[in-house]
Amino acid sequence: MSDLTIQRGPVPGGHLLEVRDLRVEFRTRDGVAKVINGVSYHLDPGETLAVLGESGSGKSVTAQAIMGILDTPPAHITGGQILYRGRDLLTMREEERRAVRGKEIAMIFQDALSALNPVFPVGWQIAETLRHREGMSKQDARKRAIELMEMVKIPAARTRVRDYPHQFSGGMRQRVMIAMALAMNPAILIADEPTTALDVTVQAQIMDLLGELRRELDMAMILITHDLGVVADVADRIAVMYAGRIVEHADVHSLYAAPAHPYTKGLLESVPRLDAKGSQLATIRGLPPNLMRIPSGCAFHPRCPYARDICRVTVPPQQVVGEGRTSACHSAKEVLHGSRG
Amino acid sequence: MSELQSVAATEVPQEATAADRPRSLAADAWRDLRRNPIFWIALGLVAVLVTMAVVPSLFTSIDPRACDLERSNLPPSAEHWFGTNVQGCDVYARTIYGARASIAVGIFSTLLAGVLALLFGMLGGFFGGWIDAVLSRVLDIVLGIPLLLAAIVFGSSYQPGENMGIWPVVIILGALGWTTAARVVRSSVISAKQQDYVQAARMLGASNLRIMFRHILPNALAPMIVVLTIALGTFIALEATLSFLGAGLREPTLSWGIDISSATTRFQDAPWPLLFPAGFLAVTVLAFIMLGDAVREAFDPRLR
Amino acid sequence: MAPEAEIHRSGGSADAEPILRVENLVKHFPISEGILFTKRVGAVRAVDGVSFDLRRGETLGIVGESGCGKSTLAKLLMRLETPTSGRAYYRGQDIFALSGAELRRLRRNIQMVMQDPYTSLNPRMTVGDIVGEPFEIHPEVAPRGDRRRRVQELLDLVGLNPEHINRYPHQFSGGQRQRIGIARALALRPEVIICDEPVSALDVSIQAQVINLLERLQDELGLSYIFIAHDLSVVRHISDRVAVMYLGKIVEIGTEEQIYTRPTHPYTQALLSAVPVPDPTARAHREIIRLEGDVPSPADPPSGCRFRTRCWKAQERCATEEPALVHREADPHPSACHFAERREHVVA
Repeated sequence: MSDLTIQRGPVPGGHLLEVRDLRVEFRTRDGVAKVINGVSYHLDPGETLAVLGESGSGKSVTAQAIMGILDTPPAHITGGQILYRGRDLLTMREEERRAVRGKEIAMIFQDALSALNPVFPVGWQIAETLRHREGMSKQDARKRAIELMEMVKIPAARTRVRDYPHQFSGGMRQRVMIAMALAMNPAILIADEPTTALDVTVQAQIMDLLGELRRELDMAMILITHDLGVVADVADRIAVMYAGRIVEHADVHSLYAAPAHPYTKGLLESVPRLDAKGSQLATIRGLPPNLMRIPSGCAFHPRCPYARDICRVTVPPQQVVGEGRTSACHSAKEVLHGSRG
Repeated sequence: MSELQSVAATEVPQEATAADRPRSLAADAWRDLRRNPIFWIALGLVAVLVTMAVVPSLFTSIDPRACDLERSNLPPSAEHWFGTNVQGCDVYARTIYGARASIAVGIFSTLLAGVLALLFGMLGGFFGGWIDAVLSRVLDIVLGIPLLLAAIVFGSSYQPGENMGIWPVVIILGALGWTTAARVVRSSVISAKQQDYVQAARMLGASNLRIMFRHILPNALAPMIVVLTIALGTFIALEATLSFLGAGLREPTLSWGIDISSATTRFQDAPWPLLFPAGFLAVTVLAFIMLGDAVREAFDPRLR
Repeated sequence: MAPEAEIHRSGGSADAEPILRVENLVKHFPISEGILFTKRVGAVRAVDGVSFDLRRGETLGIVGESGCGKSTLAKLLMRLETPTSGRAYYRGQDIFALSGAELRRLRRNIQMVMQDPYTSLNPRMTVGDIVGEPFEIHPEVAPRGDRRRRVQELLDLVGLNPEHINRYPHQFSGGQRQRIGIARALALRPEVIICDEPVSALDVSIQAQVINLLERLQDELGLSYIFIAHDLSVVRHISDRVAVMYLGKIVEIGTEEQIYTRPTHPYTQALLSAVPVPDPTARAHREIIRLEGDVPSPADPPSGCRFRTRCWKAQERCATEEPALVHREADPHPSACHFAERREHVVA
């Protein structure tokens, strides 16, 4: 089984995870939707990458592709590579892929209630992964399950390990899901909208917990969200997605101080602020595109205040606008400097 | 240019969906139905059978009651395509004319069952509480009544020889066969009742009646129609069974069940007076069930 | 569409009489046990004594986390539920005492915009039917021949194309469906609109459009809003005054400035400190007030001050004496805390 175990330790000359030019289509009766159109990003050990986008941007689909849980059909991966420690997950054999999924890369979701099986106690569910994947004995697995529940700060873990999912509050269920994900001590945690369904005080607790755990376990995280506040709080780098493409890539401070893409700029300006009362919100006009009929050239051009003729015709390439910053916009420099005003 | 005007300007071109004409859910279901070959086959069969029931003379000029004892149990020939039965009647003609009774019973008992199902399902589901409790118990009782027993008891309540036509059988089948459809209606009413748009209608001041007919009934109809289309086929089969056992239709009504019954004893010598009506029966039942299945498939994914 | 009402600046007029007055509204949902013979064993105290005023032309925001009772409050005000006790007056009329024709007339004056644009519209009705239904229920408002025109006017008013009157909801996006819901709520020209999380289900970029629309409509038509939401930033933006709810009670109420810059109730402070601000430089000096424990069950709230089980200031007095919602020394706005005081750096 030696070729199935993945080595830990520094990745020789590469990134921990690298998505290269990923393309995914959804083939339905009504047509083909191009959900991901050439997405590339990378993740290094210990860092938090936020994938920011609204519904339809493709942010969750990318994560599902990495985990290998896309429903095929109707989804079809039509191109690109997903390299984990230099090895392409998409061309691996299924057993190898399984060795990676869950053990090296784990995922938590928005809705803990549907991710947990309602008819089994939570302790049993956490322990099951351990028994199954690590071959632990029942007692050992149970002990470890309690440890994990304590790690995610579920009070009275020893007794609660016997409880069922519906007996927990929303925030607690989320913690259970995190415990399950961390059972195998993964190198990467993908969090898909982990706090969207939670109250704001619970959200703060969960994000805090994730931050602590990341540091303790030296885990990298991909945070998928649409919440600009959460991103500002926890991310190191951000990839902004729109219509299946990454439109901007930057470190968190630069992005918020001076966005280099009109979509990012529009988003930042349209969010109401807690610390100031504005008069009217600036909006991005129009609607997100129909993924079966993505506009030609730059997908954002019908809604863009900076649009020019070239935007209708040519898909903008990723332009380097600063150190470690790219923007897929023909007018990137203009947007960047305009914001400084 | 105000933000709203620019929104309206860009909303229109982008919003164009696959069909720019309004597409209702029924239209979507119809589109699916159209593409299903089974639907067309079933529909074709049903059309032929219904024509047979309504205008039997189109299919044969022979009088099914013109029986000649001297020509009993003849095999199929040029003169009698399906042969003759023990009484010397033309089997083909009897089979063709027999379609009417079977299909009529099927349709009317389905209608009766439908009305009862709607009534019980809507009232119970919508009002809940003790009304629902009482109606559900009634449903349970009806469910517990054995069809055959009821048919025999009901049938023996009027004099032998007295012929009420198809109506006793229709009543029996309809009165005992509405339960499944009623349950389906009730559960769709209960789920429709909790929808936000029903709350919205209440907030506008809509009366119960209005909510029932405008908002809830359309949602309850579709699943009920699906169940009943399949039930139609079952009712036809049941009628044949009852008639076979003597608890359904009686002479001189022409029915496949009756024909099958009287042809059973001589099956070894003369199989055709049994085989042909039985074959037609099977095809009819199959046709209606296939139709119901196709309708169910078309409506099923449209749970928006 | 020429409004018959006067145009008011949002921010409330100088009318002395509030358009809506709520007094000690209570709603308990009984919990029963047993199958055949049920016995009442307790009650979920969803709304437990809520009082406030709504002035003409103003927006009162109501915030709180799940279980605080804000949705139940909305249903009570829309008379979808009957209160266990308490009253509410619309222009001096007790809304819970009305029935029949009077109740129908009331419905014309208080309407609601619901949260989920995907379930609040009947999928089998065209947009024209949906927006026109109010006219069918209240035929005295518009003569039959006039209805189509009025529906088209309403669609135009909310920024939709009037020619789409024959389309079905599933042919529209979430933001557009919400606009349809708003058009429906406006059909009868109500004075008060209760917005129950109207933008929570929408994408960020669409939220801004709908919020702007609501504000513009308020200005043009002189509407008064009760805006219920869990997103504190959105509430601050649109509201003139804000009420904070916890476990069925209002714990603090004041102008948006008072609540957001000078909150005095510990829960409000904790709530505000927990909201992440879209500004990465705030990380450094952000102090999140951590609340211990879970929200208590509304069926069994703590004695005295309900917040005391999670409050860092809790003393004995908090368990025995329920704090009243009155003006406190720390800042002149009502706050239900014995130890209400200001705090620095609540909002980063």
